Amino acid sequence: MAHDTTVQTAGHDEHHHESPVVFGFWVYLMTDCIIFGSLFAVFAVLHNQVNGGPSGRDLFEYKGLAEETALLLISSITYGFGMIAAHKNEVSKVIMWLGVTFLLGLGFVGLELNEFAHMIHEGNGPDRSAFLSSFFTLVSTHGLHVTCGLIWIVTLIVQLMGTTEIPERMMSKLTCLSLFWHFLDIVWICVFTYVYLASMI
Amino acid sequence: MSDLHTSPSGESHGSVSSYIIGFVLAVILTAAAFGVVVSHSLSPSGTLTALAVLAFVQVLVHLHYFLHMGNGSEQRWNNMCFFFTVGFVVILIIGTMFIMNNTALHMMSR
Repeated sequence: MAHDTTVQTAGHDEHHHESPVVFGFWVYLMTDCIIFGSLFAVFAVLHNQVNGGPSGRDLFEYKGLAEETALLLISSITYGFGMIAAHKNEVSKVIMWLGVTFLLGLGFVGLELNEFAHMIHEGNGPDRSAFLSSFFTLVSTHGLHVTCGLIWIVTLIVQLMGTTEIPERMMSKLTCLSLFWHFLDIVWICVFTYVYLASMI
Repeated sequence: MSDLHTSPSGESHGSVSSYIIGFVLAVILTAAAFGVVVSHSLSPSGTLTALAVLAFVQVLVHLHYFLHMGNGSEQRWNNMCFFFTVGFVVILIIGTMFIMNNTALHMMSR
């Protein structure tokens, strides 16, 4: 009985130090959250400073926004299925779901770049007004994060290829990327709500 | 034994059904946000409030179903970091907007 308790407390204690990698990555995400918070604050201050140029209402379209949002949202659940497969140690399924997530993320970045190219082509680049500067900074910072996530997914797929089981180290890498990917989806919720939809009212 | 080891020590992870529940809720909330703006059925300030509420709820849904945040003792430090950051960001955004609006008012720039 007494022995049991000590084992349990030891196990419990050990747990707090068991995944310092994942906790450390969580702390990084929180600092990232502050970066996005600052960029949202800048956008909130500057979104009316259009300098005679177009406002969000003139620029943004529902169709592209809905497509981007759908791709990112679906990629969130496909990554989730990948994590479930990882916990069951099914390497080929993990690779398959990571691949699907990669393609969806790639589609998102493609649509976003297309939207940016279209805006810049029409003379509404980041140099047009303070509103557009803050818009491009905020949205492209998010896009850059997604691109980093894509590189990370490819790296993990390559590392998983040819292995038959998922060691502890690999599991924490997958968990970190899971946090990163879902975090980016949360940032996108704020972007499509406060940047896009709020200026289309 | 191995089950006992993996479930409390690994990060808490969802099941297929919890991911699907989260996904369905997220889709409904996203569609509602688009619907409110597209339909123009509310006043501008009403639409903005509705959007803010929908986004807030959707963030909570994602945190719960996708990031698996909970109030277990093993997540205490994660949660502490999280709430510190949320407080920090709220002060940052509201403070910035207040100061910049106030400055603009005094400079008579709008």
